[in-house]
Amino acid sequence: MPDLSTDTGGIRSPNPFWLASAPPTNSGLQVQRAFEAGWGGAVWKTLGTPIRNVSSRFGGHTIGGVRGAGFNNIELITDRPLEANYREIAETTRLFPDRAMIVSLMFETREEWREHIARSIDAGADGLELNFGCPHGMCERGMGSAVGQEPAVNERITSWAVEFSTVPVIVKLTPNVSDIVPHGLAAKRGGARGVSLINTIKSLIGVDIDRFVPEPRVGGASTNGGYCGAAVKPIALHMVAALAREQSFGLPISGIGGVTNWRDAVEFMLLGASSVQVCTEVMLRGYGIVEDMIDGLEAYLATHGFASVSEMIGKAVPNFREWGELDLNHETIAKIDPAKCIGCQRCVAACHDGAHQCIHPQEGTRVPRVDEDECVGCNLCQIVCPVTECISMERVEHAVPPASWNEHVADPSTHPLRPKKGSHG
Amino acid sequence: MPRPLPALPETRSETAFGDFKLPLAPSEAVAEANRCLFCHDAPCIAACPTAIDIPQFIRKIATGNLRGSARTILESNILGMTCARVCPVEVLCVGACVYNHLDQPPIAIGRLQRHATDAAFDAGWSFFRPGPDSGFRVALIGGGPASLAAAHRLRRCGHACTILEAKGTLGGLNSTGIAPYKLRVDRSIEEVDWVLAIGGIEVRTGVRVGEDVSLADLERDFDAVFVGVGLGADSRLGVPGEDLDGVHGATAWIEQMKLGAVELSGIARAVVVGGGNTAIDGVRELLGLGVPAVTMLYRGDRSRMSGYRHEWEAALAEGAGAEWGAVPIACEGCRRVETIRCVRLDASRNAIPGSDFELDADLVLVAIGQSRLGAMLAAMDGLRVEGGRIAVDPHGFAGRGKWFAGGDCVNGGREVVNAVAEGDRAAQAIDAMLRGGAKGGSSDA
Repeated sequence: MPDLSTDTGGIRSPNPFWLASAPPTNSGLQVQRAFEAGWGGAVWKTLGTPIRNVSSRFGGHTIGGVRGAGFNNIELITDRPLEANYREIAETTRLFPDRAMIVSLMFETREEWREHIARSIDAGADGLELNFGCPHGMCERGMGSAVGQEPAVNERITSWAVEFSTVPVIVKLTPNVSDIVPHGLAAKRGGARGVSLINTIKSLIGVDIDRFVPEPRVGGASTNGGYCGAAVKPIALHMVAALAREQSFGLPISGIGGVTNWRDAVEFMLLGASSVQVCTEVMLRGYGIVEDMIDGLEAYLATHGFASVSEMIGKAVPNFREWGELDLNHETIAKIDPAKCIGCQRCVAACHDGAHQCIHPQEGTRVPRVDEDECVGCNLCQIVCPVTECISMERVEHAVPPASWNEHVADPSTHPLRPKKGSHG
Repeated sequence: MPRPLPALPETRSETAFGDFKLPLAPSEAVAEANRCLFCHDAPCIAACPTAIDIPQFIRKIATGNLRGSARTILESNILGMTCARVCPVEVLCVGACVYNHLDQPPIAIGRLQRHATDAAFDAGWSFFRPGPDSGFRVALIGGGPASLAAAHRLRRCGHACTILEAKGTLGGLNSTGIAPYKLRVDRSIEEVDWVLAIGGIEVRTGVRVGEDVSLADLERDFDAVFVGVGLGADSRLGVPGEDLDGVHGATAWIEQMKLGAVELSGIARAVVVGGGNTAIDGVRELLGLGVPAVTMLYRGDRSRMSGYRHEWEAALAEGAGAEWGAVPIACEGCRRVETIRCVRLDASRNAIPGSDFELDADLVLVAIGQSRLGAMLAAMDGLRVEGGRIAVDPHGFAGRGKWFAGGDCVNGGREVVNAVAEGDRAAQAIDAMLRGGAKGGSSDA
């Protein structure tokens, strides 16, 4: 059986699946039930000066009939007394000593940070996560993403926490920045042992089109919130990978953002995450999803011959490149398997209206024809095809050696490009 | 404008039936609509005689645009509410769905169409307005689906319409013939009212063309004539004892069952002669009304029957019996039929000597076809009648001046959706003729 245990900046857990700091980690009874279900760690709902919340707080994004494909919230940090939180953290760490207990914190003054870091560690925290990411409510008060968006402030507060803490400190980063790398480096300079990302994306989830009020509706108005759920995974993967490949960074990463199952988790880990954090999918379906995550990850590791999770972490990072490094002479074209084609011709519509006008209907059959002289290998047909493995993108062999844009620009004569396709004459 | 129907009796036999195919719940409809692949040049459209833009109406259900969905359907098929219930979708749109080639069930197109069109009827949405008055007048003989579809299209083009219907009921077989587990007469009448609500369609019921009004009168008084008379009386077996009590033509019996009441007390065994869809309807209706044993008697074998396989399988599931490869040679009994004497046929459909057998039968429905009414037109020079069917060109032009035709009297007896398509097609040809000032046929006929 492969070893699922992981170490994220000194925070060890029996598997890489942590609950993110959010409603599912709001109380001791919840986290204890999650640990019973099999979660390897939990990041406690952010502690800070208790706040008041609005009603309602959550908005769902329905896509093609799938409810909650995207999700947002305008909830703030814990609204429960800090005493109760510390008491329940202590109880939970006593009951589940093998799980990772990370306490998320968001305070203003140096003294507050000092006090609550000490109290968190007294309660049994294995690590601390600094919430520099929340994009609503708290940032207007100078906390959350207001910190995460300013590298100098990030570095200063991180250094306070590191100074006061005897357990590893990781910094949770906001995606509401143009480039994540300087923010990860700021946390590193502050002494963090790792980072977690992404926090939620500043968003407005929708509008009640009959009342003319944005959602989630609080009486007759709403506000921006944090976008999360399955739909945000591509944004999160990019930011995780951007830090993972940054040579000067090198800290462990806890991946967050649209993780719904073991496949998503594997993608995050292949791009450099040592652990993953889940919130939305648990909010939608409950803690029980972790059973499949554990099973699925074990089977994946076994299939690929990995003895432990650590062997797979970062495997895809070297293959994440700049556009200018990609081989412009790599050529593929679409091939349609007539035995599998069901004749829906979605590829025809997609290619004609949305791509390069090279897939055409044919007389006497519903199976379309690919004009290989015009096909640019864009992939759109394969994406819209409802049949598994009906359309494949096949490599075209030719004599022109590989050449990237960077190489071609530097010396066109030694790095020529293959003839251009898809211009229709 | 007079209502096309006298009030229906409260106690009709057909009210014993519920829907064979249940309506979709709203959430079910949206989920099903979201499964649609929105095919390009979709095979379901090609399989629909009225070429409804099916992916488009389904997408509109998925987005909550039910009004637009109903409009898309009714734009192509003004009787789309009926067709949603009565079309043999298994061999039309649903049969053509590409999901049949994948390991997933095809889209429930008929039920989705019902969802949208029922919503339109329930909400009272109307979509169509008459065109500016053209000054032309068109007569439509027969008040069934073909004429209703033609009249509605003609009104949208601005032509005045007069429907001449021999019976007291409009809607044709939609009112008198559709199996009640698909559509009951009250719903058909609602649809007739809905079609007529466009205004400008004069309805004359109880008028027999050829008796109360002559073809020559129509030709003189109208700028165009559309013939949509359907089929005539049930064909007879031509065997001894056929006039005994308890032996009925199938469509006559079904009409009685739908518009009034049929007496079935004491009927223990019934035989339906024939192998078409009317025969299967008769079998399922008798079973549904509580007759314990109902047998279909068909001269061919199962593979030769013209009734749809899915209909026969439903009949089998409801308890139907069958005698294949045999025909009746006599109905026997004292005043009322008691047995039906049959003989088996060989592969060439010749009687096998000595193969006589008897089936007990308290009731016999004869569903071996209906007479064709083309003969009524034979008096008009230029109108071609072939085997009792009116011969038309691809636009429904019947070969003489201002005469057009469509529906069962042309196609010999097909689906409601074919009648609608042919009526609509002829109306467009009539409009082109009238606007072109040409007498006779459409421009490219």
